[in-house]
Formats: sequence, structure tokens, C-alpha cells
Amino acid sequence: MQGLLHLGIDVGGTNTDTVVMAGREVIASTKCATSDDVRSGIVASVKKVLGESRVSPSDLAAVMIGTTQFTNAFVERRKLQKVAIIRLAAPATLALPPCVGWPNDLRDSVRGGDYILAGGLQYDGRDIAPLDEAGLVAACGDIRQKGISSIALSSVFSPIDQRVERRAAEIIGNEIPSVYITCSSDLGRIGFLERENATIMNASLIDFADYVVTSFQGALTSLSIQAPFFVSQNDGSLMCTDALKQFPVLTFASGPTNSMRGAAFLSGRSEGIVVDIGGTTTDVGVIREGFPRESSMVPDIGGVRTNFRMPDLYSLGVGGGSVVRQINNGIALGPDSVGSALSRKALVFGGDTLTTTDIAVAAGYADVGDPALVRHLDTALVEQTVCEIHRSVAEAIDRMKTSGKAVPVILVGGGSILINRDLPGVSDIVIPEHFPVANAIGAAMSQVSGDVDQVFIYGNESRDSCLARAREQARQEALNRGAEQDSIRIIDLEEIPIAYVPNGATRVRVRAVGDLCFNMAGGRGEG
Amino acid sequence: MEMIFEDVKDFAIGAGILGTGGGGDPYLGRLLLEQAFAEQYQVEILALSELPDDSRVMCLGMMGAPSVMVEKLPNGVEAENCVKAIERYIGRSIDAIVPAEIGGINALLPLASAARLGRPVVNCDGMGRAFPEVQMITYNICGHKAAPVALADEQGSSVVIDGENALICERLSRHMVAEMGATCFLGGYVMTGEQLKSACVPGTLQIALEIGRTIRTARQNSEGAVDALVNYLRQTPFYRYTAFVGEGKIIDLQRKTENGFTVGEVAIEALQEALPGEARDQYQVAFRNEYLTLQMNGEIKTMVPDLICILDRETLEPVNTESLKYGQRVRIMVASAPEILRSKAGLAFVGPRCFGLDHDFTPVEELLELRA
Repeated sequence: MQGLLHLGIDVGGTNTDTVVMAGREVIASTKCATSDDVRSGIVASVKKVLGESRVSPSDLAAVMIGTTQFTNAFVERRKLQKVAIIRLAAPATLALPPCVGWPNDLRDSVRGGDYILAGGLQYDGRDIAPLDEAGLVAACGDIRQKGISSIALSSVFSPIDQRVERRAAEIIGNEIPSVYITCSSDLGRIGFLERENATIMNASLIDFADYVVTSFQGALTSLSIQAPFFVSQNDGSLMCTDALKQFPVLTFASGPTNSMRGAAFLSGRSEGIVVDIGGTTTDVGVIREGFPRESSMVPDIGGVRTNFRMPDLYSLGVGGGSVVRQINNGIALGPDSVGSALSRKALVFGGDTLTTTDIAVAAGYADVGDPALVRHLDTALVEQTVCEIHRSVAEAIDRMKTSGKAVPVILVGGGSILINRDLPGVSDIVIPEHFPVANAIGAAMSQVSGDVDQVFIYGNESRDSCLARAREQARQEALNRGAEQDSIRIIDLEEIPIAYVPNGATRVRVRAVGDLCFNMAGGRGEG
Repeated sequence: MEMIFEDVKDFAIGAGILGTGGGGDPYLGRLLLEQAFAEQYQVEILALSELPDDSRVMCLGMMGAPSVMVEKLPNGVEAENCVKAIERYIGRSIDAIVPAEIGGINALLPLASAARLGRPVVNCDGMGRAFPEVQMITYNICGHKAAPVALADEQGSSVVIDGENALICERLSRHMVAEMGATCFLGGYVMTGEQLKSACVPGTLQIALEIGRTIRTARQNSEGAVDALVNYLRQTPFYRYTAFVGEGKIIDLQRKTENGFTVGEVAIEALQEALPGEARDQYQVAFRNEYLTLQMNGEIKTMVPDLICILDRETLEPVNTESLKYGQRVRIMVASAPEILRSKAGLAFVGPRCFGLDHDFTPVEELLELRA
């Protein structure tokens, strides 16, 4: 794949960034405003960058897109469709109905009927109860009558064994051939309610995903780009358009992931801490083996608990537009920011608000706006604020470290001009070239992954043989998702013994990743 | 005492703090209790004084692997079947439910179950905190039998175990839990009202609720939540020696799973020097599911059964042994345990030596020179 031309596009809330890359080399980059219809913003951004780099659309091998549209749709309760919720678990789980704990408005806009039927498995693979096939056929009749076109299908312990959900999907497919089914086992993890929530969220975004794919496809077609396109998901790996149509929910939180991956790539570091300083906040994350470290907290999206793979991020309310105030005997930074109005409101641009950027200019290390406009600032105030900026960023970095050792820091984002001194606990600071478009580069350099998260019984089979099986499954999954066979490697393996169970039941999580195989067409689905 | 839907979140925070690092994540318990309220069930909470001496009470809670609890959710019938099985076995009805532990998920489950069963819950528990084993409870310390113990699963099955003592019941139950799919409800420690009154830690449901409420109110009014919490706990009958020992950052963490327990040690360093030029204070907390001992600069300052709580520095939300992370900013709070746990009989079941520690128990107020 070295040298193959590809595009990375980041469709953010404010800007659509595009980069042209030849293999691992950045040829050109640009930032354009995101348009309301998304499509014309992409067209403008890509046109500009192709023009600058003189790359012909027909020479592109692939296009990688990162987007926050699905997260925003869910958080803002827009463009969601009604979902029929089928749960195969009875007699277990009856104590808690689907959508328990959801905000009422969200539940009302998504929930199109609950069907809790006999089925599901115990932790060791025994049936909780045989699948209620007749009940399922009856539920399908009801769903058909209601005219609901998307179903969220979950069953207990389906991540261990998909057979119950697969059989149910087959029955539903026969009864309502046109309906769209999201299976919880495809979304992953142990933790029933969180997985069911993710399944319902996904099912509510199916029509919108179709619309988004069509508009991306339309934009690329109108640019005469024939290459397949891929979308980056929350763990920093890619999925093809078919997968996006099935699992739009997997794009949640891909924005910070892309910026961290991009920073890692641009700096050539696979281990370190990424500090992304924007206008309002500073996001600090950890890169391990080139991928963002996952959060162990239960992520909450739009008020709903989920079990998504999310990068472990610490957000600090300090950025390049943060308002600086004197309080008692100290300095307060933010959390309010002039944001995108920096170029009107900051002192160096003739405005009337003292921002962190003004301080960096007054201290003589940032070259933005007119330094004469901040010459009057008290030197003690400037020095105190510079110290406070560095102290708070250093503290945020320290929070994300896993040991006391000094670590390298990769600095990206427009606000990174705020930092010019050494930071305690940091071995070196890298500010890579192209740092403002790290997001789009992260999308362009994404890999594909395969995950396993299952309970194995070490008592029935040796631990070694269980782990070998888990590794092989993860490799196979990466391969199915489009990874190049030779590049696949295992980057994570975790064993969690299940307490109180005597036969050695252990939860094993394995992740394999590999470079995307550019020869493969975009049509390959998941498993 | 009364409890309504809006109280559940506060109560869960209080139960989490009294969990002293263990007791299980109260989230599932919170959902079950909120759901009971949403379905119009009422929670009736009795003061000990309202409980007739000749009434019969029993404990009710959930047992099993936490990682299975979050997947195979309960049916809702388990609690009722536990109670019915015990009633059949003893040949009379159960008048009220008592919580086994006020720390963690098992503080919330009895309330949710009792509401559905239409039985009252007594405002007390058997630990005043959380402990990991069936015999580590005031009901056992005071000589009451764990058996008959009833286990019930989501299928509607139930089993009664009549073991000679609490340890045997604990062992036999573990095997039955695996067969029942690694989670089940557990009932036991049937007592008369009179027996309960002299064998429990009274008023702890109210205390857990007040802890959560105190923190929330202080935070809403931008008052010092730390002072508010300490002031509240000091005027309770048991936690009257409560103190925030320090705040700091987690600088080292060793944690592993051993025989089904989460075992390890966390090191916390003060954020600033106590006096300019001096070294920063160093704290070390050892744990086995719950926090066991606190050392400050190498000297032991608190030991089990006294309470050691690690709280988020900003929100004061409890940080349990599963969620400790390097770099976290935390506060360490300690509190005296109820006297019944510190008695000779109590220390035989919950003293430092029961957790493999080579210490004789010394109360926190002596170690830290605290005044009530």
C-alpha cells in the first residue's frame, strides 16, 4: 500500500478538513466550513485539496471519512426512527424493561414497542429457556402492523454464543423480509442493559445512516471519485460503507480518536500522551501501540448508558480562547471561551476580552494578531497566567499517566501555541507538522480491528488452548473486516476471572488490528 | 423514615461510600429500586422501635459474580421465592426484611424487593459498612444462625440450605450459585424482632440517604461538602470519629484477583507539602474487596473494621477498588465502626486478623488522636 493515493476527510461540526496522502506521506491539506447539507462542504474541501496537489480523482485508491453526525443526531434527538425492541431472555431480565433509565424524551422518540420472549443463555452456554419461536412470529405480526422498519434484537449472553440471536433473526427475516435487524451480539460486550441500549440506539439511526452514506457517495461521485470509501469508528479503526449502514453507532466518539491517531502518526510515536488544545477545551488522551487507550468508565451518550469502546479522555476547560480573570490572589482560566469569535474578541485582534492567546502573545512566544495591543498588560499578571496555563495542562497530562515515569507529549490543535515551556513529568514535547488537520490524517491512517470478548471455561479446556482460540478468533474477525493478513497483530489481551465460580470461568478480551487492504472492494461486510 | 423515587440517587451514593471500596456497584440496585417506584410500589421503612419483639425478620440480597449480575438480570420473582422458601421451612410468615449490608448493591436490593412483596424494611443493617463473606455480620457475631439459607434463581427454583454454621452455609451456597447460572438471590438469618434489636446496626438506611443528600445539597449551594459530610457523620451514633485524613493523587496501584476477591494496595501522595520544605505525606491503603488498612508515612492510622473510604476529590463520589486508577485525585475519609464490630466477639469475625493482617485492632480515634 506504500505510495497509494488516498483521502482523509474529517466532517466536524464547524470545519470539514481534507488531506491527500500518498501512502504515509501528506501531500496537501485544507480546512473548509462544514455545510448544512454536508455534501457541498465535502465537495468544496476535496476540490480544493485535489486542485492544490494536482491529484486526479481517478488515481485515488480509497477515501476515509471521520464524522460526528451520528453522535450529534442522537444527542440532539434528530433524525431518529422508531424501533421495535425484541429481547430474548425470559424468565430472566423481566425485572427491568428496555430503555430503563433513559431520558423520557429520548425514550418516547425511539421506543416503538417491547417484546420480551423466552430465550437467551446462561454464562456457561446452557439455555435460560428455549427460544419462543411462536411468540416471535406473533411479535413480527404486530411489528408489521405497526409499520416499524427497524428492530433491536438482544439476548442474554449473546456475546458468548450468537446462535439464539441468529436463529431469531432468521425467523424475523422470513416473517418481515424488508425489516432491518440490529443484533446485540454484533455490538459486543457483556453487560446486558448497556449492550441492549447500544442496539436500540443503533436501530434508531439506520435510516439516517443510509442517508449519510448516500450523501457521501453522492459527493464523491460528483467529484468523479470511483474509489471505495470507509468511515472511522470510535476505536480508531475503519469500517466499510456496508458496515456503516449496519452499525452507525460505532462512529460515536470517533472525533477525538482520529485526532489522537493523527497525532501519533504525524509524530511517528506509538506511545505517548496526546494533548489537543482547541479553542475552548484541551483534550488529553493516551496512545498505546498507536491506538488510543480505552476508557474503563461506563460512557453515557445523550443520557444513555452504553458499552462502547471509547477513548479514555480527560477534558480540561482551557483552550486558546479561554477568558482570563484575576480572582483574589490568583488567576482563573475559563471555563468560558470566546471560541470561534477569537479573531474579533481577543485583545490582540482589537477586541475587549483578555484571553489565554493574548497572554501567550504578551509573553512574547506566540505570534498572533497585534502584539502592541497587549503591551500594557502587567508583567506579573502575564507571568502568573503563563504559569497557570502550564500547571493546568501538566496536571491534565499527569492524570492520564499510568506510572510516574516521564512520557513524551504530542501537541496538536490550534491552541497549542499556549505551550512553550517544559512541562513537569514530560520527557519531550513534539509539535508535528500539519498539526491543525490531525483529525483528517487520523481518519486517513485508520486500521481495521477484530475483537473478542467472551467467557471461557478454563476447567473444560486448558488456558493456553482457550487463549489460542481467542487470538485466532480476533485475527479472523480483523481479516473479515478487511485487514491485510500479514499485517494483523494482537495488540491487547486481558483475562478477567469470574469471581465465585469454581470451574475457572474467565472473561477474555482480545483485540487484533491490521492495515487496511487497499485491494479489497468496499462491499465487504462484517462476518 | 420515608423514601421516594427522587431519593434513590442520593441513597445509592451514600451506600457506595459506606461500601468502603466494595459491596458491588449500586447501579443495578438503583435501577431496580427506581423501577419499583415507577411501577407505583411503595417502600415502607420501619424504625426498630416500631418492630414488634415477636415478629420474624430475614435478610435478603443478591449473591454471585458481579460480571454475570450485569448480564443475566433478575426476573423479579427471586426475592419472593426466597421469602416463601424460608416461610415454608420455618412454618410461619416473615413480617419484615432487613438489609445484610448498608454498603453497595445489597443496600438497595432489599428495598426494591420488599416494596414488591408489600413487606416493610427495617431501618438497620448487619455491618454498618460492607464485608465480603456471609459470616462477617453482626447477626452472626451476636450468635444468630445463618441457616436456613434460601437461594432462588430467575427460573422460579429455590433451594434451602440448613448448615450448622455460617461458614458451611457460605461454602454450600457457592456451589449452588454456579449451578443457578452464577447469580441468585439469597435469604437467611431469620430472627425475631427482639433478637434483631440487640444484634443490628440501627438507623443505617437513614444515614446512607442523609450522606448522599448532604453532599448533593452542599454542592448545590457551593458550600464545603467535605465539612458538611464530616459534621453530619460525627453526630451519628457510630461514625462519631469521622475525619478526612488527606487528599492526594494515586501514584501506584497493585491489584489482582485472588480466590474471587479483588486484592491489592494503592499508594496516594499528598498534592502539597504540609509544611514548606517537608516531604509530601504518603498514604497507603491495602484492600481485599473493601479497604482494610490505611498507613500514613509508614504508620498505620486506620484498620478494619473501622471504615476507610476513598472519594473523588471534586464530587465526593465513592471510588471503589475496581475503579481505582493511577492519577486519580482523591480524598481519604475514615470513620469509626459501630461498637458491635469492635467488641471482642465482633473482632473475632471482622477484626484485622480475619483478613490475614498481623495487627491487633486499635480504634481510629486513638491512632489519629481524634476527638468526638
